Amino acid sequence: MHDGNVTRAAQTFVPLTASAVLVNKVGLHARPSVKLTQCAKGFAAKIELALAAGGPWTDAKSPVKVMRVKAPQGATLHFRVTGSDAKAALAAVLALVHDGFGEA
Amino acid sequence: MAEIHLNGLIASPGLAIGPVTMLTTTVARRTASDNPTQEATALRVAIESARTEIAEQIKTSRGEVADILEFQVAMLEDDALADPAYGVISQGVAADHAWRLALNVEIDGYRAAEDEYFRARAADIVDIRDRVLAHLSGVDTVARIAGGSIVTADDITPSAFLAADWSQGGAIALAAGSPSSHAAMLARGRGTPMVVGLGPLSWSGQPPSLALVDGDAGTVIFDPEPETRRLFELRMAAANAARIAADAGRFAPACTADGRRIAVLLNIAGPDDLAGLDPAICDGIGLVRTEFLFEVSQGLPEEDAQYAVYRRILDWTQGKPVTIRTLDAGGDKPIAGLTTDSERNPFLGLRGIRLSLARPEVFRVQLRALCRAAAHGTLKVMLPMIAVPSELERAGDMLDAEFAALRTQGIACARPPLGIMVEVPAAALCAEDFGAAFYSIGSNDLTQYTMAAGRDIGAVADLNDTANAAVLALIARTVEVGRKRGVEVSLCGDAAADTRLTTALLATGLTTFSVSPIAVARLKAAVAGVTT
Repeated sequence: MHDGNVTRAAQTFVPLTASAVLVNKVGLHARPSVKLTQCAKGFAAKIELALAAGGPWTDAKSPVKVMRVKAPQGATLHFRVTGSDAKAALAAVLALVHDGFGEA
Repeated sequence: MAEIHLNGLIASPGLAIGPVTMLTTTVARRTASDNPTQEATALRVAIESARTEIAEQIKTSRGEVADILEFQVAMLEDDALADPAYGVISQGVAADHAWRLALNVEIDGYRAAEDEYFRARAADIVDIRDRVLAHLSGVDTVARIAGGSIVTADDITPSAFLAADWSQGGAIALAAGSPSSHAAMLARGRGTPMVVGLGPLSWSGQPPSLALVDGDAGTVIFDPEPETRRLFELRMAAANAARIAADAGRFAPACTADGRRIAVLLNIAGPDDLAGLDPAICDGIGLVRTEFLFEVSQGLPEEDAQYAVYRRILDWTQGKPVTIRTLDAGGDKPIAGLTTDSERNPFLGLRGIRLSLARPEVFRVQLRALCRAAAHGTLKVMLPMIAVPSELERAGDMLDAEFAALRTQGIACARPPLGIMVEVPAAALCAEDFGAAFYSIGSNDLTQYTMAAGRDIGAVADLNDTANAAVLALIARTVEVGRKRGVEVSLCGDAAADTRLTTALLATGLTTFSVSPIAVARLKAAVAGVTT
């Protein structure tokens, strides 16, 4: 997209934030964590999640860290995404959460 | 010796009797070097070997087993898991000890979780810990369990469960453990009775030699008296007879109380869903979702790969009809590289057939694979999210073109009949305007589009009701059009498996339902109770 200095460009990106409620049965457990981190890794943007709007923020590309959050069903997941493909990344992770990670 | 009664929690139902096998932890010895660099390398190699080993197992696994193993691989691939261990190693601690320390912190974190489900993940991390330790010491620590035995332990890892042969019966009785553990999930899948949370298993003197596990009541009896054992065996015989009767019902065709024959088809996401199933339980396959092909391939799947999967499904049904739905991406099913992610309301956006028509280069590959598969069985092709007749016509033209091209090339093929999903109210209201070879009602989307209420939005979930008169009227209308045009109408949404709706759905005139394999027996029993 840009030919310019990537590092400098990255610094100018404003973080995008959004939240979604975990609807799937047992929360952000093993399978959803794997799905979420796989999805997040598909984007260049830095993607973080938290249980509160103010953080603490967790790297959404690390299944070990995402599992440590132990987010239960009904919890609100906050996302903070920074980078050139932040918009697409945010839409993708939100779609996963909205869909209950494809589980009933 | 008096018999010992213990009460626990049900993790997997069923009754079993057998000799007791105690799982004990084997501690492997390892000679560590005193060089931190060598120790770090040893750990790195062990983690990589463990990862490769599990990845190999995934290739021969499916469904839940594959999911559980994939979780372990994802954890092992994440540097965050081993980072604390490397930190301690650099301070001179041996690799095995460092790994054990780091993973025990992780395990304790799960054990302290408030949520039962997360507590149950401790067994997965124990599994990961022990597997890497086994590679560090070069010893196989996964205990082998003899078939038919009652396995008793504190807890059991998924690996230990998978290493055992459960085909001869057997059961699991745990002092700790959880009904939410992956081992419990596997046990339910295999029909292996399992009771957890029995409390400390301590024996004064000889450990017990025989146990009765009642996975229906959540109890275990060690060293039963002869009379206790005799009564238990009578119960097992009665339970077996009941199960055989229920299974037999699964194989009988579905009929209403007044003798109307109802076709019951299967909804599947791929050939793996058919593993272990007898085609005799159904009248065919009413819905094959093909999205999984696009998820697995991490990109757009090739024609040959698609063809092979479609063939496998057709071969399984042994001539019964199979309805394959073309890619239904978009909406709540994003696919990298294909769906757009900039829509504010993806349910009203570029999804289903709209996306396929917008991406003809992808759609054509699927149509070619379907034409080739159609030469080997009774294949029907169904288009999702149809709103106007021109969409069906354009897809039909593309199907004709691919069929003609294959024939010119001398490749075995057939042109499958092309039908539509009725899930947009516009399609239900003008069903007669579509030259479809069949109609398949997608009740989930038809309900949410008719009621303008998503079922994943709690505040409006009560509006998302397939039993609403407006939704039922659209279904009845479609059934009537199908009758007049002489084409089949089926229903393949979740409503088909909801037996509270069976009477209302049969009243619309529907005679074909498509449900997930697990719902077949339930639906057939519900149909048998309805007089139309």
